[in-house]
Amino acid sequence: MTQPQTHRLAYGGRIDRSRTLRFTFDGRAYEGHPGDTLASALMASGERLIGRSFKYHRPRGIVTAGPEEPCALVELRTGACREPNTRATVAELYDGLEANSQNRWPSLALDISAINQLVGRFLPAGFYYKTFMWPASFWEKVYEPIIRRAAGLGRAATATDPDEYESIQAHCDVLVVGSGAAGLAAARAAGAAGARVILADQDFELGGGLLLEPEQEPWRQGMLAALSGMPEVRLLPRTTVFGFYEHDVLGAVERVSDHLPVPPEHGVRQRVWTIRARQTVLATGSTERPIAFPNNDRPGVMLASAAMTYVRRFGVRPGERAVIFANNDIAYNAAFALHDAGIAVAAIVDVRKKDSKRAAAAADRGIAVKLGSVISDVKGSRDIHGISFRSVNGTAERVLDADLVCVSGGWNPAVHLQSHTRARLTWDNDLAAFLPGKPVQAERSAGSAAGVFGIARCAADGAKAGLEAAAALGFRDGAAFELPMPDAEIDPKVKPFWEVKAKGKAFVDLQNDVTTDDIRLAHREGYTHIEHAKRYTTHSMATDQGRFSGILGTAVLAEARGETIEKVGVPTFRPYVTPVTWGAMAGRHAGHHLQPVRRTPLHHWHVRNHGIFLETGLWMRPLYYSATRETGWDPILKEARAVRQAVGICDVSTLGKIDIQGRDAGMFMDRLYTNTFSTLAVGKARYGLMLREDGMVFDDGTTSRLSENRYLMTTTTAKAAEVLAHMEFYHQTVWPDLDVRYCTVTDQWAQMSVAGPKTRLALQGCVEGLDLSNEAFPFMGVGDATIAGCPVRIYRVSFSGEMAYEVATPAGYGERVWEAILEAGKPHGILPYGLEALGLLRIEKGHVAGPELNGQTTARDLGFDKMMKKKGDFIGRVNGERPRLMDSDRPRLVGIRAVDPSFEKRLRGGAHIVDRPNSKASLGWATSITRSVELERWLGLAMVRNGPDRIGQRLYATYPLKNEVVEIEICSPHHVDPENLRVRA
Amino acid sequence: MLRIDCPWCGTRDEAEFKYGGDATAKRPPAEGDGAAFYEFVYDRGNPKGWHQEWWHHVAGCRQWLKVVRHTVTHEIRSVAKATDDVTVPPA
Repeated sequence: MTQPQTHRLAYGGRIDRSRTLRFTFDGRAYEGHPGDTLASALMASGERLIGRSFKYHRPRGIVTAGPEEPCALVELRTGACREPNTRATVAELYDGLEANSQNRWPSLALDISAINQLVGRFLPAGFYYKTFMWPASFWEKVYEPIIRRAAGLGRAATATDPDEYESIQAHCDVLVVGSGAAGLAAARAAGAAGARVILADQDFELGGGLLLEPEQEPWRQGMLAALSGMPEVRLLPRTTVFGFYEHDVLGAVERVSDHLPVPPEHGVRQRVWTIRARQTVLATGSTERPIAFPNNDRPGVMLASAAMTYVRRFGVRPGERAVIFANNDIAYNAAFALHDAGIAVAAIVDVRKKDSKRAAAAADRGIAVKLGSVISDVKGSRDIHGISFRSVNGTAERVLDADLVCVSGGWNPAVHLQSHTRARLTWDNDLAAFLPGKPVQAERSAGSAAGVFGIARCAADGAKAGLEAAAALGFRDGAAFELPMPDAEIDPKVKPFWEVKAKGKAFVDLQNDVTTDDIRLAHREGYTHIEHAKRYTTHSMATDQGRFSGILGTAVLAEARGETIEKVGVPTFRPYVTPVTWGAMAGRHAGHHLQPVRRTPLHHWHVRNHGIFLETGLWMRPLYYSATRETGWDPILKEARAVRQAVGICDVSTLGKIDIQGRDAGMFMDRLYTNTFSTLAVGKARYGLMLREDGMVFDDGTTSRLSENRYLMTTTTAKAAEVLAHMEFYHQTVWPDLDVRYCTVTDQWAQMSVAGPKTRLALQGCVEGLDLSNEAFPFMGVGDATIAGCPVRIYRVSFSGEMAYEVATPAGYGERVWEAILEAGKPHGILPYGLEALGLLRIEKGHVAGPELNGQTTARDLGFDKMMKKKGDFIGRVNGERPRLMDSDRPRLVGIRAVDPSFEKRLRGGAHIVDRPNSKASLGWATSITRSVELERWLGLAMVRNGPDRIGQRLYATYPLKNEVVEIEICSPHHVDPENLRVRA
Repeated sequence: MLRIDCPWCGTRDEAEFKYGGDATAKRPPAEGDGAAFYEFVYDRGNPKGWHQEWWHHVAGCRQWLKVVRHTVTHEIRSVAKATDDVTVPPA
């Protein structure tokens, strides 16, 4: 049965009563109208209990009517779209909306953890730090699961979000944040002067405080019409500017489809804006703040401005009998709004002793004003039925029946965005509030965000700010426009009043359940700095980030310290102003769109021929080929055996390739590599080793000299981009005099390694224009030829340790050349091999790769001492010769192989090398491990202290995580053909 | 997000650049002793105030630029080519 709208006023508000929207909350059916928020619709049906608090599980209701809401948090939508911690006060109602309360068990009305309130004195500030410290082993297994179950907010969806999000880049002359009187006027003034303007507001209706003033509606509509008519003004409702970053860049999130049941087809749910604004006007308004008094968290206690908003904007009766508790004149507006809507106002409890004009106006309406009084308690739990009040300094309490308490402790200008810029806030004594400080970026605040109150005065202030922002950019002579009609001048001065000290919990942070006593306890225990007190008590650390009541905590701490609020300050405001979903942040960069995917020119051949792929960095590379998608070693061993016994072909297009040209190319190579390239003959390749300036090995690869002044460098797949940046750095900043130019040509070439004893036979069947005989084209030769009519460049280099030729061809010819070689190799048993076999073969041969080139190994560690030329400068030479790097007990590269020739006991990468089976004294570690097709056992490479001196020793590889110990022999890293006969065959 | 005014490409987002460290550190001559190279690689200041630093325009012109940035406020005073002489204001 649908809950009736028992608390909907008969008329008034900005809702569309001609249409009804249905929704559910905790499974019960409700209805509301377009223009409602979830909070106003629930209130219209008389719902008060919306959630349970974080620590004590106290019943909580709706406290505000805006984004600063600390209590009315719900899970919105269900399943994969479930969004936890959504503020009901800003969730726009749509037909079919489903919401659930959170942090309660088993139900909202009966929450067993509410027992925490009774033991509340055992849950003071810092409780977790003090209680769950010992024993340490209990933390993970016992304490954390208990805390996680008892505390916490909503549940994130566990399924993948089906919705789309996107990001957009924007530039404007003037960004105006906030669409109240000040914001509208600023946007109009700047727009009329010719500036490109973006006006953003978090609300779904533009107008801010104007939305509560029916008599200002014509002006609001006129302004919106004028702004809509300006082609260079963009209006962004439902858009929260969440951060003000360096160099006048601001971030915003636009809730494009959150007000719809599902986003339209091909539409996005949310959109993140990155806005580069030449000038910014912060017309972010201000938020009312509460006063701390016992049980100030009960459902039915809310901000005075919130109560007024529900009445005026949503046509809802937030209660039947209200008490106003205030220390300022503005709060009387709420009392009058309630009264005018027919809600009984039992009394205005005004902290101030002195009579004001406002008190007289109240008396005219027949509203009792209790001057010099404070509320000392709230009666009731899930629903309130009265209050106690007394004189400020007195003890004698009197009682009033009431089901609604409207609180106002004054107003806080919303300075958060300005604070992000590192501007220092200034304290204003009259308003008892922090105001924006001296700008450090191109921004100005206007309207109540700058401490100006009243519609007309805010509009004038906004118009001035808009004109100034435009003028700062050279835009002048905009057409004047009418300001709103003057409204009643209300003195915004506030008599600071923060806390009623009486028996019972008085909350300063409603969401994290921080009381005034918690702040004082933090102070007594030495957490006297506001940032320390914040972290110790978790005050201001909830989803509202202290926007609702952060100032209260400061006030209580200031009193405890005996200092002013100005001196104590508020915790630093940081982005985000309000929570932003991960989906919005990720935008399109989700799943495979996180980063680009790189495919080699031969990719589609691999796909067609059953390549099993692995992502390596950005690259998709075939691990091995299997039509049946079998797993395990068999397909890998088969491919590796083909290379050792016949011939195999492997796609090595991912290797980095850099074309280097110029008179000084040779000299540049000599400085980049530890060995010499200027002496390399044209038409030859050479293996080269690069160091970083700290002496550690950076990268390796073969580089060929194509002509007198032209080299082609290859790098490892992983370091290709870094090597290019490294070359650019040294050339541009250290040796700009070198006459050399270079660029990456990685993507321009398809490259394939053809390896195995029958390689020459296979290639002779397809290569034209190049004599492949050992005499004519020896090891490390480079030559041009054609295959299947395609130009190719052939390098006689080997990674596998077998006779091998690398064939490179322009990328577009890749598949044709690859297939021609396969065809020619067919009689010789050619097989394509993947990354796994490539790794197996290089480990057998003892060639280093990523696991050995880990940034912590020197040339000497890897056995490359002889590649360090004796003369001349090269990067890393001096630091590579530091004495400690010459210590004999540094881990150095060796081979290891299992003594047992079976595959029973496996070796693992990462295993530690020890001299006794149960020793915990590590001598080094295994870097790369494989099953060997050559030696039919597990073998690998390892970094072992004094490694080369241990060759022949029997040691152990231990892997304690799996309780494995394998007896090994230390040997040369070159398990296969240490004399290098095969590659020269 | 910083906005860096590349002398080759114009003003671009920080996301296009990669930070490259202290631009005042000069690589010692090849004959330099170990101490000089040690200082060049490891002995870097951490100034509070103006700092001359390398930024590589990776997703742009691929030039290494000398940027004078304030390490507290992130204000950028100048962006110059790698070979330009740059003055750094006192802290």
